[in-house]
Amino acid sequence: MKKQNRTRSLLGTVTYVAGIVLALVGSLTWLFKETGSLPFAVGLVAVAIGLFLNHSYKTKVLSLRGIRYFFLSVGALIMVFPFYWMLVSAFKTSAEMNLFPPSMLPKNWRNFNNFVVAFQTAPFARYFLNSVATCLSSVGITTFTTVLAAFAFSRLKFPGRDVLFSLLLSMMMVPFEMLVITNYTTIVKVGLNDTIWALILPFTSSIFYTYILRNFFVSIPEGLYWSARVDGCTNWRYLWKIMVPIARPSLVTIVLLNAMASWNSFMWPLLVIKKDINRTLPFGLYTFTTEVGANNELLMAASLVVVMPMIILFLFARKQIVSGVSRGGIKG
Amino acid sequence: MRVEMKNLSKHFGRVKAVNDFSVILNDGELVCLLGPSGCGKSTVLNMLSGILPVTGGKIYFDDEDVTDLPPEQRGIGLVFQNYALYPHMTVLGNICFPLEIQGLPKAERIQRATEMAELVHMEGMLHRKPKELSGGQQQRVAIARALVKRPNLLLLDEPLSNLDARLRLEMREEIRRIQLQTKVTTIFVTHDQEEAMSISDHIVLMKDGFLQQHDDPQALYNEPANQFVADFLGNPPINNIKGAIHSGFFVAQNGDKVRLPETDGAPEGVKVHLAIRAESFMMADEGDESCLHCTVENVYQLGKEEMALLNFGDTQVRAYLSFDYGLKAGDEVTLQVRDRGVFLFDLETGRRYA
Repeated sequence: MKKQNRTRSLLGTVTYVAGIVLALVGSLTWLFKETGSLPFAVGLVAVAIGLFLNHSYKTKVLSLRGIRYFFLSVGALIMVFPFYWMLVSAFKTSAEMNLFPPSMLPKNWRNFNNFVVAFQTAPFARYFLNSVATCLSSVGITTFTTVLAAFAFSRLKFPGRDVLFSLLLSMMMVPFEMLVITNYTTIVKVGLNDTIWALILPFTSSIFYTYILRNFFVSIPEGLYWSARVDGCTNWRYLWKIMVPIARPSLVTIVLLNAMASWNSFMWPLLVIKKDINRTLPFGLYTFTTEVGANNELLMAASLVVVMPMIILFLFARKQIVSGVSRGGIKG
Repeated sequence: MRVEMKNLSKHFGRVKAVNDFSVILNDGELVCLLGPSGCGKSTVLNMLSGILPVTGGKIYFDDEDVTDLPPEQRGIGLVFQNYALYPHMTVLGNICFPLEIQGLPKAERIQRATEMAELVHMEGMLHRKPKELSGGQQQRVAIARALVKRPNLLLLDEPLSNLDARLRLEMREEIRRIQLQTKVTTIFVTHDQEEAMSISDHIVLMKDGFLQQHDDPQALYNEPANQFVADFLGNPPINNIKGAIHSGFFVAQNGDKVRLPETDGAPEGVKVHLAIRAESFMMADEGDESCLHCTVENVYQLGKEEMALLNFGDTQVRAYLSFDYGLKAGDEVTLQVRDRGVFLFDLETGRRYA
C-alpha cells in the first residue's frame, strides 16, 4: 500500500471537514425550515474541493468514512426525532404547539406546567406505582423460576426431562393472543380480575427465557459441576454460587428484556383491569389520550413519564440489551 | 489409602466400557491408568469418583465398601483435562471453595488455600482470574483446589492433554513432585505412554475395557504380558516379524532363522510374531546361522545414536545401530537379536510365549 503522499495540504483538509459540517447542517435545516438548500449545496462543493486539494490515500479513506457517517447521522436523526419531539413538546405551551412552522425548541425549559396538569388530570403517580410493582414482582419471580427451570433442564437427570422440555418448547408456538383467552377465564374464575395480581400472576414464568438460559447452562462444562459435587456442594448451592454468577450476562439480558416487555405490556392490562387505580402506565396513558383529546403537549408530558424509566434502563445497559437481542435472535 | 477394585464393570446399554476389572492400588502410590482412547480408563476413574454408578463389582477404599457412596462422601480430589476452574472466582476463591462448602472459618480457609498455592507455586497470582492464567497455571490451581481439603485419593483425568509439549513435560514433573510431597494416593489417567512411564509407580494398562497388565513401568516395558502391551509401549514402536516356530528356532517367511533362548510352551509349527525392540538389534557375527537379512532404506541421525529404517522382506524394521558401521541407504546388512527386548507372541491370540 502506498504511503500517504505529497498532495496533502492543511487547506484541503479544512475545506473538506468544513464542507461535511456545512452539508450536514444545511441538509437538516433544509429538511425542517425549508431554507438551507444553499449551505447544503455549498457544503457539497466544499467537500469536492477539499477532496480535490488533497487526493491522497488517507483522504480517500477519510472521505469514504465521511460519506458513511453522513448517511448514518441522517438515519440516526430520523430515529431519534420522535423522542426529541416528545421531549421538547412536553415543555411547550399549548400556544407554542400550534405554531406554524413548528418551533424546534420550547421557549422555556422550566415550564413544568404540562406535567402538573397531566398528574392532576389522571392519577399518574398511582399508575407509575402499579407499573413499578407489577414490573418488579413479575420480573423477580420470572427470573427465579427461570433459573430453577433452566437448571433442572440442563443439569438434573430425571425421567421424561427431554420430552417435557420439547413439550414446553412446542408451547412457544402458541401465540400470546391464544393464551390470553384461557388466562382471562382463569383469572376471572379465581376472582382476581381487576386486581394487581391479575397483572403479576400470569407472568411469573417464561418458556423463552428458560430456553435461553438452559442453553447457556448447558454450555458450562460438566467438569465444574462434578468438581463442586465431589467437594460436597449441593445442587442448590452449585446453582447459586457457580452457575448463576457465570451466567450473569445472560441473566442480565433476560431481566432487561423481561422488564421492557412487562413495562410496555398493554393488551393484557386493558383486558383485566377496569378500575382506574389499578391501571398501569401504558394503559393509563391510553385512557388519558382519549380524555385530553387534542392537548398534545399534555400527552407528550405524560408519555415522557412513561418512557423515562425504560430510557434510563437502556442508557445503563445498552450493551447488554443489544447483545441480548442479537443473541436471542428476536425478542420474545 | 489403599484402593481396591473388584470385578468392576460398567455397561452403557449394550456397550461394555469396563469388564471384570480388578486392581489393587497401594497407599501413597501414583498409578497411571493407561490405554488408547475409548479403552474405559476414564470410565474407571468416574466410577472411583462416584460420578458414574457401577454396573457390577465393588470398590473399596482401605476396607470400606464405597461402591454406592455418593461422590461427596468419598473424600477424593478431582482434576479434569479442561481444569474446570470457576471462571468468576479468583485463584484464591477457587482454592478456597471446597473449604467454604465444608464451612471452615474464613481465616483458616485462606491460610490453607495459601499453603496449597505455595505448594503448586501459584502464591504470586492469588488474585488473578482463571482466564488471566496460562494452561499450566490453571492446571496448578486445579490441583491445589483438589488437594486443599486433604483428600485420601487424588484423581487426575488426562490433566496434561490440553497443554503444549514443553509445558506437559514440566507439569508432569510438577505433579510427581506434589504427589511425593503430599504422599496422596494418586490415579492419573492418560493415553500418553511416555507420560505414564516417566512418573508412575505402577501402570495399569487397559484395552477395550479389559485390564491388560498391571505392573511397574520398567516391567511393563521389559516383560509385556501380550502383543498389545508390547505394541503400545515404546517409541519407536516394537518391530513385529511374522514367522513360525521350528525346532527351537523362529523361522521367518523368507527362511531366515533366529535362535530362541526359550520357547516356553510355544508349540512346534505355531504361527507367531517375533517382537523386537529397536534397541535389541546388533550386527550378526559372520557365519552365524541365526540372522536376519535386511536392506537399509534410510538412516536417521538422532544425535546420540542413529536409527536405521530397514526392510526385512516386506516388513519395515526400525533399529538403533552404532555410528561405527557407517550405514547408508541401499546397504545389505545381517542383523542378530539380543537376549533382552525380544518376545514371542501368538499371531492370532497375541498371547506371549517368551
